[in-house]
Amino acid sequence: MIINHPILGPRDSQEFTYLGDAALIDRPDWQAEGAADQFHDYLYLRDNPAGEHRELWFHEQGDRSWLVVTRNTVTHEILNVELARDVARARGRSK
Amino acid sequence: MGKFDNHGLKAISPLGGQEPRVDVFTGLQIREVTDRALASLAARQGSEDAVKSAAASYLGGALPEAASWTEHGVFAAWWMGPDLWMVSAPHDSHELMAADLKQAVGDAGSVVEQTDGWCRFDMEGPRCFDVLERLCNANVRAGKGGDATRTSMEHLGVFLLCQTPGQGYSIIGPRSSAGSLHHALVAAAKSVI
Repeated sequence: MIINHPILGPRDSQEFTYLGDAALIDRPDWQAEGAADQFHDYLYLRDNPAGEHRELWFHEQGDRSWLVVTRNTVTHEILNVELARDVARARGRSK
Repeated sequence: MGKFDNHGLKAISPLGGQEPRVDVFTGLQIREVTDRALASLAARQGSEDAVKSAAASYLGGALPEAASWTEHGVFAAWWMGPDLWMVSAPHDSHELMAADLKQAVGDAGSVVEQTDGWCRFDMEGPRCFDVLERLCNANVRAGKGGDATRTSMEHLGVFLLCQTPGQGYSIIGPRSSAGSLHHALVAAAKSVI
């Protein structure tokens, strides 16, 4: 499997490690009303789609950037690769 | 400074020797390089342009683009990741480079002294391609001078800097694993040559 890194171009997936669903970027505010319930959902509830899935990958044996990879879980086709920090900032996260 | 100047102690190389190690094969030389000072430079969020211009005036030239390295006079620098670079200079004349670089970039960037964190081996000679392609994922035969690739050799993450394609490379890895990295390089060389 080849991951087309947004800065470095095509790299073998062996250089990357997998974290999980990209929804992990949306960490709840711990001071919010009902934070305990939100954290329960954040920690334990995952979609398990047969098809397109957005997930976090880490370029461990490369430039050590976090990526959001859109992958088809049925065919393993990789449809889109973005820097996770760009995705997080676009969602209003500052860090 | 002062009363500790005449300590009579002598630094040893990452491999533990009094002098840098040199291994010579037919068409290949692997040489331990110990005379470079290192400092990492990271741009703080929102200060990317400020760091680039401050570093450019300190180094005498622009910081390298992604996946490449550059040389300006005594300074060399390579790209390590988004908004992160390693700067290198001769140790004898620039032992305090990290402090000077921090002075130059101010609050726009974070600088960390890295000299003793890394070991460096320079590989020279016409058999470089044959040895490197057995060691790492980097597409060395398609590479060009000025490429800087972070890759892995055996279990170690390393930087591979291309000086001259097929002829000269620098391999920079973690100092505490210098022996393992050196073993990997020499074993690959012996298996090829």
